[in-house]
Amino acid sequence: MSEISIINISIIILLLPLVSFVLLIFFGKKFPKLYLAATGVVFVALVLSIAVTFGMLTSYSGETLSFSFTWIDFGNVPSIGFLSIELGFEINNVTALMLFVVNLISALVHLYSIEYMRGDIRYTRYFAYLGIFTFSMLGIVITNNLLMMYIFWELVGLSSYLLIGFWFEKDSASDAGKKAFLVNRVGDIGMWIGILILFTHYKTFTFSTIFEQISLGNLPFDSAAALTTAGILIFLGAVGKSAQFPLHVWLPDAMEGPTPVSALIHAATMVAAGVYLLVKIFVILTADAMLVIAVVGGVTAFVAATIALTQNDIKKVLAYSTVSQLGYMVLAVGVGAYAFAFFHLVTHAFFKACLFLGSGSVIHAMHHEQDIRYMGGLRKKMPLTYYTFLISTLAISGVPLFSGFLSKDGILAGTLAFGSLTGHWLLPIIGFTVAAMTAFYMFRLVIITFHGEPRNKEKYDHAHESKWVMTAPLAVLSLLSIFIFYTPNPISADAGWFLNKWISTPQTVVPAEASFDFMQSGMNKHETGLAQESGIVHSVQYTEAMHHAHYPAMFLSLILAGLGILIAFIFYQWKKVDLEKLTEKLNSLYKFSLNKWYIDEFYHATFISGTIRSADALSWFDYYIIDGIVNASASITRFVSRLSGWFDTFIVDGLVNFSALFSGFIGLSFRRLQTGKVQTYIVFVVFAVLVLLLFFRPF
Amino acid sequence: MSIYDVIFYLFAILTIGSGYLVVTSKNIVHSAFYLLFTLFGVAGLYVLLAADFIAIVQLMVYVGGILILLLFGVMLTNKVTDVKIRTGTIHIIPAVIGTGLLMGVIVSMMLRTNWKSEPGELPFTTTYGLGRILLTDYVLVFELLAMLLLIALIGAASIARRDNE
Amino acid sequence: MIEVGLNHYLVVSSILFSLGVYGVVTRKNAVMVLMGLELILNAANINFIAFAKYGNFGLGGQAMALFVIILAAAEAAIALAIVLNLYKTFSNVNVDEIDKLKE
Repeated sequence: MSEISIINISIIILLLPLVSFVLLIFFGKKFPKLYLAATGVVFVALVLSIAVTFGMLTSYSGETLSFSFTWIDFGNVPSIGFLSIELGFEINNVTALMLFVVNLISALVHLYSIEYMRGDIRYTRYFAYLGIFTFSMLGIVITNNLLMMYIFWELVGLSSYLLIGFWFEKDSASDAGKKAFLVNRVGDIGMWIGILILFTHYKTFTFSTIFEQISLGNLPFDSAAALTTAGILIFLGAVGKSAQFPLHVWLPDAMEGPTPVSALIHAATMVAAGVYLLVKIFVILTADAMLVIAVVGGVTAFVAATIALTQNDIKKVLAYSTVSQLGYMVLAVGVGAYAFAFFHLVTHAFFKACLFLGSGSVIHAMHHEQDIRYMGGLRKKMPLTYYTFLISTLAISGVPLFSGFLSKDGILAGTLAFGSLTGHWLLPIIGFTVAAMTAFYMFRLVIITFHGEPRNKEKYDHAHESKWVMTAPLAVLSLLSIFIFYTPNPISADAGWFLNKWISTPQTVVPAEASFDFMQSGMNKHETGLAQESGIVHSVQYTEAMHHAHYPAMFLSLILAGLGILIAFIFYQWKKVDLEKLTEKLNSLYKFSLNKWYIDEFYHATFISGTIRSADALSWFDYYIIDGIVNASASITRFVSRLSGWFDTFIVDGLVNFSALFSGFIGLSFRRLQTGKVQTYIVFVVFAVLVLLLFFRPF
Repeated sequence: MSIYDVIFYLFAILTIGSGYLVVTSKNIVHSAFYLLFTLFGVAGLYVLLAADFIAIVQLMVYVGGILILLLFGVMLTNKVTDVKIRTGTIHIIPAVIGTGLLMGVIVSMMLRTNWKSEPGELPFTTTYGLGRILLTDYVLVFELLAMLLLIALIGAASIARRDNE
Repeated sequence: MIEVGLNHYLVVSSILFSLGVYGVVTRKNAVMVLMGLELILNAANINFIAFAKYGNFGLGGQAMALFVIILAAAEAAIALAIVLNLYKTFSNVNVDEIDKLKE
């Protein structure tokens, strides 16, 4: 497969979902069966993306294939110089894998939705929205410049708004859609400013050109602080899309959307876009920016995990779990564990999609009951759902033999290495705490939902295993949660192909004084060899630290995960502890977690009511000041027109009437001269002759 | 003052005085008779101006023809039995002012103008000379006036008797 | 007292003319108006003949006066015919009451 054909096929993959969207949105009503075509189209895209990924990884591994064209040529702009905006695409290993992941999840969600959404009044439109969403997500993946990235970023925001608010008859759903859109805006503004900082200086949006310039020491506005600012601002976009603290509030609410949508956009694609963006701009992140990112990621992971401990809605638990895992990925980027961040992104995409689809299957079976307190014992009724759900839970909890163990272990090792190199020990502590909590709340969910006795007998009796179109995706996804797809060694990912061959951390381009010391390669010959051997080329020091941290991290995480699972079983399976008493004892903490740290309430009290109050003030201003001015000018105008009307009526008309009357008067008086009597005329003639004579004086 | 002057003044006073009475007399018949004296005075002035033939014609045509005609008119348009045939006046004030001013202006104009004045020799009797020029220099006018008189005769008769039909 | 000359005749004719105009303007009766007209014509004739004598114009002036007399005769004839018609139409010959022209 040649470079050109890979590029071309990628573009075709990008456009296929758009075709499906256009077809469905325009012809969906006439041909209700078109959703099958949409699903087919996405599967074609999946096959093509497998081909691209295969071609990339076998023939062009480590290379970047790009294709760009000039979109707008401004020519020689005064005081700026030659300016043109280039757009284009680029494919490398990360991109290719992302293409595969997105297409796979999208295709499986399409398949799943055929059954899950059956009977919905806007059935075909739902598939249209899925198409536009997939299109925008793929656009983010294969673009080679920040401008297109931003455009597709906003498209993803739009389509997620459409999908989250899909059941807009429900107030909560349409509110959730709006909330997602608005909260994302906050982050996107930051991202756009960051992009503009880079564009203002480099006059280009293209990633590779910007990276090249920075590596040559050409910093934006010649200051490392500006580069840090740009990095953090662009990271703000990721904070919004990847639901990082403090902009994570939209994601749990977004569970109002259909469950397959949650699987698609809140597990695998949209929220992953933020992490993907960080992976893209990883090389320009300065030390300060990375620290900020790491702290935000850590805080997010911790906050979300504590909230997930007490939630009772099956999808809410998964939502906070997603936020927490995304925090992990961001944390990984922040501590420099680039490869593991992306690795966790991929593995998480599979097992979290599986969990969401599994929960969808449960909800479907329970007739849209989402509260786990009314479930229980579903293991016997829905064995396939149960087992796939269990496999994914094991994966996310970090149990060996499953993919989550490998990626999460790498991230934890990364934080440990970061701690040992920089002294920021709080990050690994948070990471390990969250690992334990993750295991606990995931098993709590599994036990309450599937084990024990049914708590709602009636609903339990009606529950049944879902059809194959719903369970097949579950099976595929849970299968992909097994270690063998990534590495032959179940306890270390380093030896596997995923990390060894496919993904390698790129060399940072930030000047030495602005980045962490350990991020610089500073290679001598011996170290170069070592680095090449390990497959991770960017930093020998860091790689060594990772190696040292690997086994401690693994054991520690194993112990903590086991502990979390054990506690979950003690609490919920064997019921050795009286939970009521425990919650009473820890009442304040329990309430704090159950109410999601009161963050929504805080936002309500501050930003929302502030906005409303300022809107009230502005409306008051509009109503009384602006309208007052308008009304005043209106009444002044009316007064003036009345005045001029009066003037017209009495002065102008008066003049006209007066001249008419005057003429009439003159006419009347002269009329009397016309007596019709000859002699009178002669008198006039006499006087006229007199006047003539006196005038001309002919004597 | 020569005898010529005395005679002139006599005729002038006769003319103007009777003319004044013509236009001021209330009785039409009286006016007609005063007009007779006026015409007679004018005829006297003609004689003084060496126009003997014109003077005769004046007497014959005016006194014998026009004045009689006017008297006929008076008689025909008034009740014959009413001896005092009176007539009113109008515009007395503007007419007095206007004609007074007019008279003043014309008189002053006549007096102030430097007229060509070189009295030529007129023949003792003018009848022969008038006869000559009427049938030589003014023959066309003479014939035209003859025609005019005929037309006036026929026209007057025609107008006067139209309504009788 | 100066010798009688052209100016004397002219003054007489002027006065006579003015009297004629006065008569024409003031009298109501159409026949009286005609009389005024005769005075005006006579005033003109005096002028003709006076100029003929004092201006050395030969007999032309007298011929003109002769023509005027003839015209006056014709005019009188026509005017009297009109007056008779007026009388038949309006039953009087008061010029001031005959103002149909006004309407």
